[in-house]
Amino acid sequence: MEFFTISLLNGVSYGLLLFLLSSGLTLIMSMMGVLNFAHASFYMLGAYLAYQVSAWIGFWPALLISPLVAALIGGAFERYCLRQVHKFGHVSELLVTVGLSFLMLEIVQLIWGRAPVDYRIPAELDGPLFTLFGSQFPIYRGFMMGVSIVMLVSIWFLLARTRIGLVIQGALTHPDMVESLGHNVPRVFMMVFGGGVALAALAGVIGGNAYATEPGMAVSVGNIIFVVVVVGGMGSLGGAFISSLLIGILTTFAVSLDYSLVDLFRLVGTQLTPSSPGYSVLGLKLSQVAPLLPYLLMVLMLIFRPKGLMGTREG
Amino acid sequence: MSTTHYSFKPLNLGRILVWGGFALLLLVAPLIFKSGLALTMLSQIGYMIIILLSYNLLLGNGGMLSFGYAVYTGLGAFCTVHVLNKIGAGTFGLPVSLVPLVGGLGGMAVAIVLGWVSTKKAQNTFAMITMGVGELIFAMTLMFPEVFGGESGISTNRVVGDAVFGITYGPQIQLYYLIAVYCFICTGLMFMFSATPLGRMLNAVRDNPERVQFVGYNTQVVRYIAFIIAGFFAGIGGGLFALNFELVQGSAVNGLVSAWYLLFTYIGGALFFFGPIIGAVLSVLVGILLSEVTKAWALYLGIVFVLVVMFAPGGVSGIVMLNLRVVAFKKFNRLWKPYLALLATVPVLVLGGASLVEMLYHKQINAEMNPVFKYLGFQLDVNQPGDWIIGAVVTAVGAVLFEIARRYFKRHWDSAQEEIQAIIRIKEAA
Repeated sequence: MEFFTISLLNGVSYGLLLFLLSSGLTLIMSMMGVLNFAHASFYMLGAYLAYQVSAWIGFWPALLISPLVAALIGGAFERYCLRQVHKFGHVSELLVTVGLSFLMLEIVQLIWGRAPVDYRIPAELDGPLFTLFGSQFPIYRGFMMGVSIVMLVSIWFLLARTRIGLVIQGALTHPDMVESLGHNVPRVFMMVFGGGVALAALAGVIGGNAYATEPGMAVSVGNIIFVVVVVGGMGSLGGAFISSLLIGILTTFAVSLDYSLVDLFRLVGTQLTPSSPGYSVLGLKLSQVAPLLPYLLMVLMLIFRPKGLMGTREG
Repeated sequence: MSTTHYSFKPLNLGRILVWGGFALLLLVAPLIFKSGLALTMLSQIGYMIIILLSYNLLLGNGGMLSFGYAVYTGLGAFCTVHVLNKIGAGTFGLPVSLVPLVGGLGGMAVAIVLGWVSTKKAQNTFAMITMGVGELIFAMTLMFPEVFGGESGISTNRVVGDAVFGITYGPQIQLYYLIAVYCFICTGLMFMFSATPLGRMLNAVRDNPERVQFVGYNTQVVRYIAFIIAGFFAGIGGGLFALNFELVQGSAVNGLVSAWYLLFTYIGGALFFFGPIIGAVLSVLVGILLSEVTKAWALYLGIVFVLVVMFAPGGVSGIVMLNLRVVAFKKFNRLWKPYLALLATVPVLVLGGASLVEMLYHKQINAEMNPVFKYLGFQLDVNQPGDWIIGAVVTAVGAVLFEIARRYFKRHWDSAQEEIQAIIRIKEAA
């Protein structure tokens, strides 16, 4: 019970972090049709900026400054690069973000080096929040969950309940109409891109110290959020939410379970030894295959429900 | 357009010249560049051409942007290595010359299995799925050390079996000619494929999938078949890679390798058939020579890639063809002065910018050992503010001059292009 509760809470906090990332990606994708390959790079940038800012003036300013700086960089990128290649079509838009992800990786390594940086949880958030069944739940996990939830509710409120949200949603489906009503649609796109990037950077600020701030963090997270988006259904925020939690919980549970198919066979009374056929597959522990599970989930989803959990388009 | 592809006159002189020239080039290249390094590079260029052309079958012909293409070359290479080791152990009989075909069949088999899932969706989703599938396979290579050799990989020996006509593949030159033969045949086959009805249908699926469906084709099936064919050629490329290095590691299916294919196919140019061939040559030059010269090669490569995507989406081959068109319409006399201006200003900007980048990298990586390093004959000291200032000034001056030259060039280039468009419109109307 103890293991279950703690793993569930850890899984949910990781899942919420994934959703913070994939919500930005989904927003940009459904609004502009651009698959932002550099999205996870902004997650990395957010973490590194937060490391730097918190070394200078502390963690709390970093929580605000880092996403803002990332949003400015993202907005400038949209304005001066992405918008320029729009006329060449979606493939060029995607590729320019791929190029950006290469450049950001190189530049981050140039500034902060190739080794992980010492970005730590601030002292006031270090410690147990509450004790459950004899094991402690760290404050920082709770903080991560809190920030994610506050952020998500505000996005929902912004999109669904405000005038700006109305314009954004209109620009998504009827850009020409919104334009002729006097709104600056390209600027709306720039703001959406910057906003999505800010979400990624915020995830970096709160995820960088909980996990690790190192140059490889973008690649590892980038693949997972693509899986989240495909499993959830392209362009669906609700789907992304469910699949983020699903994948977060799935991987968190799997890494701490040391069972393999051999144990399953033992339960039904069949003893397998290393000489049995297929032992190399059957003997793999669940904790060993944990990194694979999201991808397997994606492949299964594509086989049985190609449009994803909440997807609307089959295309 | 279609007439150029379907005209099979008894003697198509242009085509014979091009393909004959290509064969001749493959034949005499190692006779001109005799050093060991040159031979290594030529061999790598040979199989890189096959791989990038097959990649362009998806990217250029089918509009499919794959981020997991290394899976097909890498697993093809693993098949080759295992078969080669079996031949060496005497449990399997096959001349070494045919072993790359095993790699091809391996790549094809993998594409048959994974392609069905990957091609269910097009465009953005396809890119994400191929990335996920690539990651899945890469994680698996580390999980099954018996099959993939774990960290150290699987090594092999290509000098096995009976020598056919005295060819043992011991000397690199023999292997080069094997690669050259495969390169020529595969290039020819892929060129022929692009002119088949299926190849044309693939273009239609790229350009207008809805319409293809209305006509009664299943777009997924067309993509799937193209995917399998590409997987076959990718596997041959991987097999030649395995023969060349006699070692394959799990990192051969890595996402970085896939990104490398994408980068150079695009830089070479995806719109024309010969674009990836240029890309293959560039990729080997960058991989072997540029990484020797500078530590910042990845940054330069990234910058070049972004510039190509933004300003020359046709890649190098697109630039070449656009300029040939200008020459063909006799407008080049107006462009040579702007070109000279660019030629004079670009080096200033590049030299200045590169000096700053090199100093940054040197400061970051090995300034503690020695703050002074050599840059194109200059002695640069990263602790000396003067060197930074000079670098910055040269960059700034270069940037200003380049911007002036660029505007001058753009003015003439745009007007020349407009006139050419006008001429074409008049011709079409007539």
